[in-house]
Amino acid sequence: MNDTLANTEKKTAYILTLPAVLLVFAIILFPIFANVWISFKEVELKDIRIPEPRAKKIVKSIPDEPSKIKILYKLRNSSLLQEIRDVSFKDNFPKNFQIENLDSRCEYTKSSLKCEFGNWPAKYKENFQVIFSTNDGSEIDKKTLKSIKPKLDGKSDNILLNTNFTLKNFKKVLFENEFLDLLLTTFYYTFFGTVGSIVFGILTAQMVNQKFFGRTFMRSVLLFPYVAPVVALAYTWELLLDPNSGTLNSLLLNYQIIETPINLLGQKYIEIGIFGFDFKLRLALTTVIMFEIWRYFPLAFLFILARLQAIPKELYEAADVDGASPFQKFFKITLPQITAVISILFMIRFIWNFNKFEDVFLLTGGASGTRTLPINVYQQGFAISDIGMGSAVSIVIVVLLLMFMFFYFRLLGKRVDEN
Amino acid sequence: MRIKNTIIFSLISSFFLIFLISIWKILATLQGLNINSFNIEVLFILGFLISLAHLGIANRIKSIYKSIIFSSVFVFCDGYLIQKLPIWYNVGVFLILYFFSYKIGKYSFIGLKEEHSTQVILFDFLTLFGILFFSFVILFPFYMMLVTSFKTQIALLVNPLDFSINFGQDIKDLFKSYFVIFKSYKFGKYILTSTIVSVGTVIITLLFAIPAAYAVARLNFFGKTFLSTSILIIYMFPAIVLVIPLYTIFSQLGLRNSIEGLLIVYTATTLPVAIYMLQGYFKSIPKELEEAAILDKLSWFGIITKIIIPLSIPAISSVALYVFMIAWNEFLFSLMFLDNPNSFTLSRAIQYLSGDAETPRQYLMAGSVVVTLPVLFIFVYFEKYLVSGLTAGSVKG
Repeated sequence: MNDTLANTEKKTAYILTLPAVLLVFAIILFPIFANVWISFKEVELKDIRIPEPRAKKIVKSIPDEPSKIKILYKLRNSSLLQEIRDVSFKDNFPKNFQIENLDSRCEYTKSSLKCEFGNWPAKYKENFQVIFSTNDGSEIDKKTLKSIKPKLDGKSDNILLNTNFTLKNFKKVLFENEFLDLLLTTFYYTFFGTVGSIVFGILTAQMVNQKFFGRTFMRSVLLFPYVAPVVALAYTWELLLDPNSGTLNSLLLNYQIIETPINLLGQKYIEIGIFGFDFKLRLALTTVIMFEIWRYFPLAFLFILARLQAIPKELYEAADVDGASPFQKFFKITLPQITAVISILFMIRFIWNFNKFEDVFLLTGGASGTRTLPINVYQQGFAISDIGMGSAVSIVIVVLLLMFMFFYFRLLGKRVDEN
Repeated sequence: MRIKNTIIFSLISSFFLIFLISIWKILATLQGLNINSFNIEVLFILGFLISLAHLGIANRIKSIYKSIIFSSVFVFCDGYLIQKLPIWYNVGVFLILYFFSYKIGKYSFIGLKEEHSTQVILFDFLTLFGILFFSFVILFPFYMMLVTSFKTQIALLVNPLDFSINFGQDIKDLFKSYFVIFKSYKFGKYILTSTIVSVGTVIITLLFAIPAAYAVARLNFFGKTFLSTSILIIYMFPAIVLVIPLYTIFSQLGLRNSIEGLLIVYTATTLPVAIYMLQGYFKSIPKELEEAAILDKLSWFGIITKIIIPLSIPAISSVALYVFMIAWNEFLFSLMFLDNPNSFTLSRAIQYLSGDAETPRQYLMAGSVVVTLPVLFIFVYFEKYLVSGLTAGSVKG
């Protein structure tokens, strides 16, 4: 009895989870495997369109013979690269139609024209012409004739399914693609974005954790950048930072803080001299990181605030009795209590920033030294139309992420052991 | 010690005053006032003197009169000696000074003698500074977005700093950008598409996620731990890695440029979060209710529809809102899959609009307001639900 109950429970569980599991498998797990497959192939954007036989139907009336009509089919293979095999053709005509010149490849039965064109090589083109006449001599309506579309069919190889593999993509990614520069940019972007958002998260959480007028309002306002659509925010920032008539530059010029406008999103380097040392700051990258911090510190804020509110009040009361200063309280009580949250946040944000595409894409499009790995996936795959290369870059991203997670968890595991 | 603390107090408070007045000056500049300098030196001296005077006068005068005197003196010095500006500007300065003297009101010579008093002062002022700074930094872009959408191209070019809105003009002129984007750029259609996609994603996600979450939370089956850990791992998985294979598969299946394609992808990417959030809540429902239901011979379908769903309306609505927001804000997949303007979502449409360098910026901002408002409205209105959801599952982004 018990066994059958456990069995029905199992069965029910599988029925309940199956739809979700299947969908996630099809859309998330399967593409990851597909990515590996594609990354070892030489595929371009134009190759992934399956070659189709196409026909453009042109209806021409013949002068002085209203009961006759000439129909021209411009036949072609849509692919410039692949052949199509066993092309078949079918078109229908009104009942009173008679064919005048029947091609040897075709037959005309029951007012439908069927042809077998055989194999079409890549770029194949043919003008195929038939002449019809009505058997009752009535006039022909060109419009209805045109509205009937011919049907074509054929078999072709799918370039994605054949088994020609190559290592070319990975070679290109790792050795020709300024890989080190790409990696470094991605690392800067990810690391400083993560650290910055966590630092601002700590500051704001500490702030909102105190009592003041308008605290709940402040809490919602702090989350605005996080919940608003990225498209709207990125364009607003772009407008704000625009060198020609952007608000920020106009303000700085107005208060005579700068003399010439700064192109914050379009300038790769800026020279800064501090204490006699001149160094080059990557300006556009810094701006993009600022945007990232601005947009994502609310997540850190939310997590840390939740943790701060769970710290027992007695700890602070005891510290007050001992005469601890506010800074001591922060460094000796608050900070140790939130390290666990911070380490989780660091991991989550690091992974997500590493894969962040939209923000950089919308702000700079990857120009002026802001090309990160995810931007490179897009550029390779869609701007240069090299799908194979794009895939290879994604695989590199996945491998780097897995490596990061592996080391992170080892480090974290050691820390936990020590404690 | 007392002198040192007094100086530190006066320094900190005058810096704070400089910050307050500077923000006010920036806002005033953006209303078209011609202010070319912050006059930091003057502000600093005034702030310093006011702080010292406050300590010196102490309780000899009622604090309200004290504040009014300080504010008037400051307004007189700032508004008439330095630069003559309209009355509303000076009223603002007066209120800021009143606020400032109210804030420094709780400090006194006696207080300054206490242990850590400078640190306490620093902490207090940093908090105040932080609140104002973050409000400004966060709200300013939103304010810009809204105000720019009401301006005209010429006005923006003539004086890029003048963001004052002329409410006296005809309502048609004021909302011109909005009329244009709805009429010439078909934004009504895009809103409809975005709404269909987002609501559709919510419905399908819930249909798939509720049973799955119930199974993970309650039933024992082989592979359960594997399933619940892989939910989390999949949730961390980057969307950019899926883009190329999905693009190729979707173009071969003819699913690009279709709402169905977007619905499938959005559902799949939000499912892990939804299941994770829901199963956490389902676990907190007392088991006894279901045991009673099993004795009543209710099937699992009955248990879910008659017990679980009615009891977890708050969690389900939180997941629904949250999935709605993810789908509404989504950009990457809509960029990749949609290239026919007839099937654009709002985000994609705005990006398309910006691709044309000729598009006036106020149209772009009007579009941005249209895409942002619903999300912010939902967020502010349902904040309580959403924040708990955010911390439980955290929005993917």
